[in-house]
Amino acid sequence: MTRIGVVVFPGSNCDRDTLHALALAGAEPVELWHEAATLDGVAAIVLPGGFAYGDYLRAGVIARFSPVMRAVAAFAADGGLVLGICNGFQVLAEAGLVPGALLRNRGLRFLGRDVRIAAERLDTPFTHLLGERRPLRMPIAHGEGCYFADPATLDELQRDGRVLFRYVRTDGAPAGETGDPDNPNGSLRAIAGVLNAAGNVAGLMPHPERAAEGVLGSDDGLGILRSLVEAARLREAAAGPAVVGAR
Amino acid sequence: MSATFRYAVNVTPKPGILDPQGRAVEASLGHLDIAGVSAVRVGRRVELTVEAIDEPAARIVVERLASELLSNPLIESYAIELVMATSSTVSSS
Repeated sequence: MTRIGVVVFPGSNCDRDTLHALALAGAEPVELWHEAATLDGVAAIVLPGGFAYGDYLRAGVIARFSPVMRAVAAFAADGGLVLGICNGFQVLAEAGLVPGALLRNRGLRFLGRDVRIAAERLDTPFTHLLGERRPLRMPIAHGEGCYFADPATLDELQRDGRVLFRYVRTDGAPAGETGDPDNPNGSLRAIAGVLNAAGNVAGLMPHPERAAEGVLGSDDGLGILRSLVEAARLREAAAGPAVVGAR
Repeated sequence: MSATFRYAVNVTPKPGILDPQGRAVEASLGHLDIAGVSAVRVGRRVELTVEAIDEPAARIVVERLASELLSNPLIESYAIELVMATSSTVSSS
């Protein structure tokens, strides 16, 4: 079974949910401690939500310098699949593994509620099993989720198909930037998730793991995790015995 | 000989970066009956002490800390300020 690592920082609080949801998505989830220097031979990595290191200074910045993040950066540079959710997205952005920064929500308040996002790409390791572009309902829970990048970077992301998710209205149309309740935090161009240039590292603010089974009110997030697990499995199979030998 | 240097690193949002905290402060000015104040930006001041052979050596450390950890160059700029220098004579051996 495909082993997917979930990094546990001091202050992570979605790690258990993420482990549970990854198991539902068909993976064998593995906890990776923040002080670990190696990744235990996992096929992909998820950085979960929470408040790593108390979110002191800036959300994600102290986590960025933890030993496990060196290993994650090397894993990512080697083409390994990495998904950052909420605080995990903030860590990836601080580490420069995905572009941009997450600013304080435009309305200043911490927001915990359901939102709708849609995948702008259906051919990535994180979205290939979603089937079609449609609004996906899942919760957000963050104080710093306002996506920011300079205009040139935003244009580049747009041009290169690296905007992975956008906040959308009920009909699937992208939400506006300001004064639109469908864009909860005022993210520029309603960006809820982005890809790195190589397409193997992604971050998003909403929580797919909190919308991964019917009992939670939505299972729209499961497709994202299933996509990741399947992509990791295929990648591992393609690498063949070399991966086993590397363990 | 070595010395200790007390620095302050002032981190502020770059011009043009949305600063909702600054806006909230600005919006409250009316409640205080204060007029004529604008462009409020809220940043962060970090004070720290560095032990080094001299001030240029200490400043290299603070520069690295300020650029890599204390600020995010995408959204913030920083200014380093020397607050106090104390030379301490180490007993000669």
